[in-house]
Amino acid sequence: MATSISARVANPAATTTSDAIVEVRDIGKRYGDIEALRGINLEFERGKLTTLLGPSGCGKTTLLKIIAGLVPATSGDIRVNGKVVTGPGPERAFVFQDFALMPWATVLRNVAFGLELKGIGLAERNRTARHYIAEVGLSGFEEKYPHELSGGMRQRVGIARAFAVNADVLLLDEPFSAVDEQNRRKFQEDLLMLVEKERKTFLFVTHSIEEAVYVSDRIVLLSPRPGRVSQIIEPSIDRSAAPDVIRRDKGYLDVVEEIWQGLRQYAE
Amino acid sequence: MKLFGIKIPMMTALLVWALVWEIVGRMDVIFLVPPMSAIISAGFDLVATNSWQSATLVTLRSFLTGMAMAIGIGVPLGIAMGRFKIVDNIFGLWVNMFVSAPLSALVPVLMILFGLGETTVVVTVFLFAVWIIVLDARAGVMQVPTSLIEMGRSYGASRLTIFTKIILFSALPEILAGIRIGLIRGVKGVVIGQILVSIIGYGELFELYSRSFDMERFWALTILLFAAAMLLSAAVEHFEKRIEYYAGAR
Amino acid sequence: MHMAATPQKVGATGGATDGSSTLADMIADFATRRKSLWVLVSLATLFTAWEIAGRVPISFAFPTFLETVSALLEMAFDGTLLPAYAITFQPLVIGVAVSAVLGIGLGIVMGLSDKAEWLLAPVFIVLQAAPMAALVPLVTFIYGIGLVAKTLAVIMLALPVIVLNSYKAVRHVNPSLVDMCRSFQGSRLQQIFKIIIPDATPVLFAGLRLGIAAGFIGVMLAELLITPTGIGDLITYHRSIANYAHMYAAVASIIAVSTLTLAGLQYVEVRFLRPEKRRK
Repeated sequence: MATSISARVANPAATTTSDAIVEVRDIGKRYGDIEALRGINLEFERGKLTTLLGPSGCGKTTLLKIIAGLVPATSGDIRVNGKVVTGPGPERAFVFQDFALMPWATVLRNVAFGLELKGIGLAERNRTARHYIAEVGLSGFEEKYPHELSGGMRQRVGIARAFAVNADVLLLDEPFSAVDEQNRRKFQEDLLMLVEKERKTFLFVTHSIEEAVYVSDRIVLLSPRPGRVSQIIEPSIDRSAAPDVIRRDKGYLDVVEEIWQGLRQYAE
Repeated sequence: MKLFGIKIPMMTALLVWALVWEIVGRMDVIFLVPPMSAIISAGFDLVATNSWQSATLVTLRSFLTGMAMAIGIGVPLGIAMGRFKIVDNIFGLWVNMFVSAPLSALVPVLMILFGLGETTVVVTVFLFAVWIIVLDARAGVMQVPTSLIEMGRSYGASRLTIFTKIILFSALPEILAGIRIGLIRGVKGVVIGQILVSIIGYGELFELYSRSFDMERFWALTILLFAAAMLLSAAVEHFEKRIEYYAGAR
Repeated sequence: MHMAATPQKVGATGGATDGSSTLADMIADFATRRKSLWVLVSLATLFTAWEIAGRVPISFAFPTFLETVSALLEMAFDGTLLPAYAITFQPLVIGVAVSAVLGIGLGIVMGLSDKAEWLLAPVFIVLQAAPMAALVPLVTFIYGIGLVAKTLAVIMLALPVIVLNSYKAVRHVNPSLVDMCRSFQGSRLQQIFKIIIPDATPVLFAGLRLGIAAGFIGVMLAELLITPTGIGDLITYHRSIANYAHMYAAVASIIAVSTLTLAGLQYVEVRFLRPEKRRK
């Protein structure tokens, strides 16, 4: 078998890389008496897909929203391209779990919305939007409304919208959780192609171990109550192999099993 | 709202408005607005009077009778509409129509049919309250999860058991919500009925005070009435919250 | 997660059917026709009951259905009904228009600002729950018995409903859409005009519809309580001369007009403002 998959378990402290685009420095978050996150230190490498994985309640979505600037951190700071950020910025784009599409707007206007907010002219933003609509495989659906699309197609709109603003970092919050299993697999394969093509940095939140291992360059395992980094795993997957080969590979299955062993103590 | 980091309860704003009222009243801008303090002391005098006490009794009696009829007829009708398609088809149109119809126009008809007395007011309360009770009971029965009914059937429950032990309980939150809105509408009904009939209960008192320009008593009576409506609504809401836990678990 | 199922689920309540040829459409078409059949059965049931009750008669003041219909036709053709509606609609339309502008404006401000909410929401909660009818006589003290007084009566009943519904509409805007706008660095103004108001529009419109229903109650109250004009005058006059069929006809007509108005508004709401509920 041509694929070679091996996992390198990295020490959280030893993850300093020279080309970090997003740096998370000692982030903590409290909601009243509840401590959601404690002492999170992470760096995200440019051009890589990193997954935040953990059981529900581990604060992975909260951490992603803090990085996005949508939720303020209680302590610590976030640096993007070396600069401390406190709110949303043009170098980051967010993909929402519930799609967050405007029901009154067509696919075209939804995809162009980020550009519309920036005040870019109609012709130009529609041209860009059409390009990314084609990119995610929705050509011909430009004039449809979100309620006319399936869950998977709606999330493709959400991803096209994030691509359209040409951000460096894409933050995806459980983007496939509302998509059924068959479409999710297809979606994961398409996402890998887009990662290859667009050469952006992806931060991906999921609770599916298989999904994390399949798409990620690096997996950050979070433990719950309060959310902390418990382990960082780098599954070295040969992306040139066919998807079904990867999914049957012993190395892939071993990483899945290893992560499950780490997380099973948190299962109810 | 927060002020200096302390959360201020929303209803405290009413105190601010009462203060504004007091100031406007003291400035003597218009005879319609006497100072709030004068209204409150008039209120204490008012509740001690015989006329207020007997008017309150009459009003309460009309209200309670009308509401009892509205609940007694509305809930079963709503449940029947939710369970039987044919009942729904026949009554659906009328219930949906009367729930938002200008029923105040119907009061003159009631006045000639039932006379200028308590009966008219009772029927007005009934007509104001019943439709929303029917609609909510119907909605409650219709949204009972199919899986719950199937669960009952798979464990061999009879139709009657399924109805009494599953459907009724599952529809309870909606039924109560309907009754709460019905109560608020019933209060409006009792006032509109009495004011249009104008010779009984609070209607008579309102008529008397506004004719004799006794604004202090007029406002005192209004505020008592408004407060009663709010308290009633808050009480049912409190009761609703106590059973809401299983509405949330559905 | 159940989002995808929504269009099909609500489809059956949607608007008109067009003559398409697929089997599904034919079934849907049959269902709507049966629905209109049921409307006829439903109308016929009550009208027959009315006719029988009138013939018994249950009361000297209870005309039969057919007498009422002929009285209605008589009033429609002898030129009393239309002018009466013209008079009744004046305070109604002005009152609702004022309440709509003021109410939606105030509601949006209360939805957007915590301070405005704190100051105003309790007042309107009280006004909506309370029997405002008690205050109608007061209006006559200041504004007499003219158009202004009646318009104010309409506003008193319609405004609190519209304010509270607009306020709730803004508070219940999908928070995920607001986050989305923020994540693309939308300004507060863009957030309000491109997300919050469009997302709240269906509920704003529904609030307006409820306000109009309250306005109908208000205008009838004003015409019966302040001074008889318009339809209120028809009701009062025919009652005073014991012309009950005409009186019933006037009452039934205002109820029918209000129902048709509200049903029309509901149709507009479903048809144009809720794309996700539109039948495809």
